Formats: sequence, structure tokens, C-alpha cells
Amino acid sequence: MTNNKYLEYLKRFQSVLALGLMVLALSLASDKFCTVDNGLNVLRQICANLCLSVGMTIIILSGGIDLSVGALLAFAGAVAAGLLKNGVAVPGTDLFIEFTTSGAILAGIFVGTVLGWFNGFVITRFKLPPFVATLGMLSIARGLTMLWTGGFPITRLGDSFGYMGSGHLFGIPMPVWISAALVAVFMLIMKRTRFGRQVYAVGGNERAATLSGLNVNRIKLLVYTLGGALCGVAGLLVTARLDSATPNAGLGYELDSIAAVVIGGTSLNGGRGTIMGTVLGCLIIGVLNNGLVLLEVSPFWQQVIKGLVILIAVAVDKMGAKKS
Amino acid sequence: MTAPLPSPDQSDVLLQAVGIAKAFPGVKALDGVNITVRRGRLNALLGENGAGKSTMMNILAGVFPPDAGTVMMEGKPVSFKNTREAQAAGIAIIFQELNLIPELSIAENIFIGREPLNRFGLVDFARMNREAAALLKELELDADPRTLVSKLRVGAQQVVEIAKAMSFNSRVIIMDEPTSAITEHEIDVLFRLIKRLKQNGVGLIYITHKLDELPQIADDITVFRDGKFVGTKEFCEVSRDEMIRMMVGRELADLFPKTATTPGDEVLRVRNVSLQHAERVGDFAVKGVSFEVRRGEVLGIFGLMGAGRTELLQTIFGLYPKTSTGEIQVAGVPVKIHSPQDAIAAGLALAPEDRKADGVVLGLSIAHNTTLSCLPKIERMGLLQPQLERELVGNYVERLRVKTPSIHQTVVNLSGGNQQKVVLAKWLATKPKVLLLDEPTRGIDINAKKEIYTLIDELAQSGLAVVMVSSELPEILGIADRIMVLCEGRKTAEFSRAEATEEKVVKAALPVGVNN
Repeated sequence: MTNNKYLEYLKRFQSVLALGLMVLALSLASDKFCTVDNGLNVLRQICANLCLSVGMTIIILSGGIDLSVGALLAFAGAVAAGLLKNGVAVPGTDLFIEFTTSGAILAGIFVGTVLGWFNGFVITRFKLPPFVATLGMLSIARGLTMLWTGGFPITRLGDSFGYMGSGHLFGIPMPVWISAALVAVFMLIMKRTRFGRQVYAVGGNERAATLSGLNVNRIKLLVYTLGGALCGVAGLLVTARLDSATPNAGLGYELDSIAAVVIGGTSLNGGRGTIMGTVLGCLIIGVLNNGLVLLEVSPFWQQVIKGLVILIAVAVDKMGAKKS
Repeated sequence: MTAPLPSPDQSDVLLQAVGIAKAFPGVKALDGVNITVRRGRLNALLGENGAGKSTMMNILAGVFPPDAGTVMMEGKPVSFKNTREAQAAGIAIIFQELNLIPELSIAENIFIGREPLNRFGLVDFARMNREAAALLKELELDADPRTLVSKLRVGAQQVVEIAKAMSFNSRVIIMDEPTSAITEHEIDVLFRLIKRLKQNGVGLIYITHKLDELPQIADDITVFRDGKFVGTKEFCEVSRDEMIRMMVGRELADLFPKTATTPGDEVLRVRNVSLQHAERVGDFAVKGVSFEVRRGEVLGIFGLMGAGRTELLQTIFGLYPKTSTGEIQVAGVPVKIHSPQDAIAAGLALAPEDRKADGVVLGLSIAHNTTLSCLPKIERMGLLQPQLERELVGNYVERLRVKTPSIHQTVVNLSGGNQQKVVLAKWLATKPKVLLLDEPTRGIDINAKKEIYTLIDELAQSGLAVVMVSSELPEILGIADRIMVLCEGRKTAEFSRAEATEEKVVKAALPVGVNN
């Protein structure tokens, strides 16, 4: 019994443990790793992925998946940058609308939200598997980004926009504040609201959720819409940080995001997992990336190692699940 | 436990397992049990859920090895590393959940993994189909061996499993609750088949909950209780009461507590409810059914498999808004029910037949399952209040006597009876007027059944109207105030508790033209 409890304890904190061990090992291996600057650096680097992964977590918890997050990020960032820089002419009239920084920011989030909603709409209305629906959206959003930008980066977006990506508040980078706030809000949503509860129920057993009187379609629609909004925020963070919206932004980010969720112990079958786990998953990936760079490991090997870490994390999780 | 055999004659013993023990983390599943299979005889393995029947079966099938004890096949000790070795030794298992591949043909399923090959090393389909056809003919299944298994009814699929078992030249066949998912007619076919298998010298172990089946097929019975061996007897030597006593370990004095109540006002009135058949166009799964239930009353709905019992409840609960018609009144007020949300708002609650698939979210805690349908009640200013949730859930856990160390326990760790109580707790928390119960005691052990019956009685006394669908006649007769009988989607009879007899109810449930 005591042995079981011990195992359960271990399982619960295995991500924390893994992260701790990595930090310890890297601190010993490199004197550049364990510094305040590098710590903030890691945090800033994971911010975009963290935003995407929080959305991915609730989508996966609801029993779905979203492959379009990277493409949504790129489109939202490009729309915000384009509107801010060039404004937009209303077709058929002489009207020309210029955008303030906050206007552009809202527009970016709005675009992410709408495309996220569209994912949810296709999935609930036409009963498409989320994998297919969001695969389609990946291509649509990537194509829209190319159309919008003409294939060229949109750069020099001004200081007030750039502050969101490069500024500091009390010595902490702005993106860290923003993503930390989002994490806090979504932790509250998932733990303490009706909607959060219902997401777990839908992902855990959709049929039982329906029979319990839950409006499963509405819950799913909301899940994908929120996921899209978070992609919008991530797009703004990336664009502001680089002072540039590139059409290829966020390429392959969906994989990092799914990896973070899975490393964080969330079940790909839905219904089981936490936002906190995903935060740890993002940190593990971030620390790993950072450490491998500091140790001057070749980028090719970095990819191999990252892949192995994902496999090990999930295998350990599975073993734990079998034992309990 | 040294002499498990009632008869000294060893010559007809096919398979004998002695002193089998098996422990899993935290549970001792089997502790020194014995079972013997004799040539041409069927040994019915009885016991409540958790008695260790499935563990025993898995050991004999080679799924996992025993911790202690010996298994002997025709006198020689054997130990199987996997199911393939058990099959080769002549032991075949027909699991409750059939192990066929739906998108392969009958013949392909029978010979899977050992398909006959022609001289080019390719599958010799002609020969395979010929051999499969011969097996099917022997089992009197009228089907082309090239038919996809997905096109067969469950009963026919079971016959395919048996054909597969026979193709291995199995001398011992173990069946796990084979009649739980097939129709009455298919059960007859299965029983005839069992007789023929016995005539051919095959020995069978037959796991079941349904004691009523035994007179037709059983030669011996073996009873396990809590992983221990209770005894093996010849079937003709034991009475039904004695079997139950062996299973339960005590006299079953009063399984059905029933307090006489005077029904109050009418709560639910159902008029002319029909539901189109899901597959057969123009046909109806439920046709023109009307009934009413009063406060404090238990209405039992009986019918055979396919009579439309489950469909009737689901239609009332708003699961088929597009294909159903009819009128529903709750407490005298006409209501339109297009979804479970509407049904819950009107004061209905439905505990579904398949608890694990439809009733509970297995991965969530008791607390989260219980509050799933009444989240607004524990909400203040948009946030769920853990304190309110604990109070509400604790209340129902206590009232329904859910056995658990904590309300935060995950539901998957609960026994079937306790899971059912969680489903009831969830619905009672919505303060319903009418409780619809679909096979509320399916697959739960006899002690838990009694507890559920007691709860139903208590709930009716407290003024709830209860509608209970069941395919177990004693259960319906035991706790219903009134009994409605369905046959092929239509209401064929209604009896008061006083007038209902087993004979009358069954007669009303049988389709016209079936006289035996």
C-alpha cells in the first residue's frame, strides 16, 4: 500500500521531477545556464508555444485535436501587422481605415477567434473528425497568410506594438506577463467553471455527457473558438517580438504544442489532464531547446533528442497509468 | 479442498484445474479454486461479480499464468504461455465481447492466422471457403462463408466463434455469458448447438448469471465466491435456492423489498409515442405507445430483446427528436422534448442501460459525475464552489450508500453497483419528478441488486414516479406496482401488481405466431 502511494506520488510529480533533473544537469554542464538572464530568456522563448498549448490542452481534453494552430498564429500575426502598417481600404468605397496599435491587436485576436470558431463549426456541424477539419484549416490559413502578405514579411511595426514582444515590466518580459495571465485565467476556467467541467466530461465520455443534458456541440464550438483566440494572441507575441510578420511564422508549431500537452501528461484520448501539466511540458521543451543550444549540440541532434524526450515522457506516463 | 470431484471416475476428465491461485496488486482474485471439465458435459461456473470467474477463464485460456496450482489436460500437466498454446492444446474460449474482425469474411475469421495456402504461398480461398462451409453446415448456420462478419447478427457471430473453436478441434470450449446479447431465438439455437457439442464429446465451461438457463444445458455446477472455491455439484442434485445460497453465502430471504404505497397525482403522461426504425425504412421501433405514471408509483416495462423498451425510454428523453412523434405531459403540463436538456428541464431523468458507455464518465471522480447535470446549483458568481459541491455530493453518497473512501475517487475504480448509485445520485441531484431506469441492475452482483431495489422502493416512497425497464421477470414482478408489456414496439398488455403472473406477462411479450 505504502509502495503504491509512493508510486502515485512519483507519477503525479514526474514532470516536475523531470524538469528539476534537467535544470540540475544543465546547471552543472554549463555555467551560462543557471542565470537570471537565461531563465528569463527561456521563459520568453516558450511564451508563444505556451499560448498555443493552453488552447491545445482544452481542445485535447475535449477529445479533439487542432493541427491548424501554427497557421492560425501566422495569419493572425500577419493581419495585425498588415492593418497596423497599411490600414485597409473598404472595397467599393473611398473609405480607408487606419488602425491604431490596440485596434490591430484586437483585429489579430479576432481573426484567430473566427478561424477557431470555423474549426469548431465544421467539426460539430458536419461531424468531420477534428484531425481532418483542422488539417484543412492548416492549409486554408497558411494560404490566406500568403495572399495577405504576398509572400513577403511585413516589418517595422512601431515601438508601441513592439513593446508587447520586447518590452519589460518590473524586469520581466511582457510576453511572460501576458502568457502567465492567460495560464492563470484558463486554469481557473478549467477548474472552477461549468464550462471547464463540461469539457472534461465531453472528452471523457461524449455519449454520457449528451445523456446528462450537456450541449456537447456548443461546448466543442467554444473549445475551438477559445483555441483560435489563443492562437491569435500567440501570433501577436511572435510578430511583436520579431517586429515582423513573416508568412512562414509558426511553421510546425502544432507539433511542439501537441508535444508540450502530451509531455504534460494530458491523455490524447481526452478527459484527463491539466493546464499546469502543459505549462510544465512547455518548460521542459523550452529548457531542453535552450540547454542543447548552450551545450552547442548540433541542431540536427537537437531534433533527435527532442523526439526521444517525447517518446520517453509518454512511455513513462503509460507505465504509470498501467500500474495504478 | 483436496477432493474437488464429486465422482471418483477419472476416465472422462478432459480438463482439470486444481488449487489455482492468482493475485493482482491489491486483490487476491483466486485463492485455491478447482474446476473440472468432463467429456460430453457442461459445467456451469456460477458466482457473483468479483467471484473470480473471468480470472479463471483467462488462466485456462493462457492469457496469464496462475501464481499457484496445476492445470491438467487429459491427465497431463500443462502450462500455457499464450492463448495460441491453449488453442493448440484444445481449449477454446468464446469471450463475452466477441473477438471477430468485422470487415473480414466468415471464412477469413475462422482461419485467421492459419489460412490454407496454395503452392504459390498465397491464400487458397477456395479451400478455405469449402472448409468453412462444412463447419457452418455442421453448426446449421445458413450463411455463405464469404459473408462479412459485420453483416451478421450477434447470434450468428457467436456461431462463427464456435465454428472457429471447432476448427481447432477444441475438446474444451469455455463460454462467457454467451446469451447476454442475443435474442431468445438465437438462444434456442445456441442451446441446441451446445447439446450437439456435448454429443460429440466436447466438454464445456459455461459462465452465466442467468440461473433460469441452467435446466436446459447444465450437467454440473461449480460455484466460486470471493475468489474461493465453494463447491461442484451435479446439477440435478441442487435446488435453485441452494445455488443462490452457495453464491451469496447466506439465505436470500427477501430480495425484493416492496412497501405498499398509494400512488398520488399523475406525473407523467405519454400519448401515442412512435419512433421510426433506425434501419428498416417504414418500420417502427416503437409504435403508438401510451402510458402514465403517478407519484410514488413504480411502473415496470417488460419486453423481450428488440421489443423497443430502451428505444421507448430514449424517445421520451429526447434522443430522437427527428424520427419520433407523440405527446408528453409532465404533471399535467404538455412539454416539447427535443433533447436531453429539454427532458431534464421538464423533470425527467434517465439512467441508461449501458452504464459504462452511457451512464458515467469513468475517468472523472464521483463528485464530478454527480454534479454533471446540476452544475448551476453549485455555482456562485460564475464559479463552481468546492464547498457546495462537497456538501451536495456527500449528501447523496450517504443517502444512496455509495461505498467509497472519498468522493474524489475515480468512478472507474468502483464496482458496477456503486457506479449505478453514482448515476442515480447524478439524477437525484437534478430533483427530477420522474426517474426512468433502463435495466438498472444489469451486470451487478446479487447483493448490489438488492441494494438498488431497496433504493428504488425508498425513492418511490419519497414521492418520485419511477419507470423501470427490465428483461428480468422476477425483478419486474418483485418491485413494480404496475407492469406494461411491449412486443415488437407495441404495447400488448398492462397488469396491476396483483393480477400479474409470470405466465401472463411472458405470453403478452411473445410475438403473435410464436406458440412455444
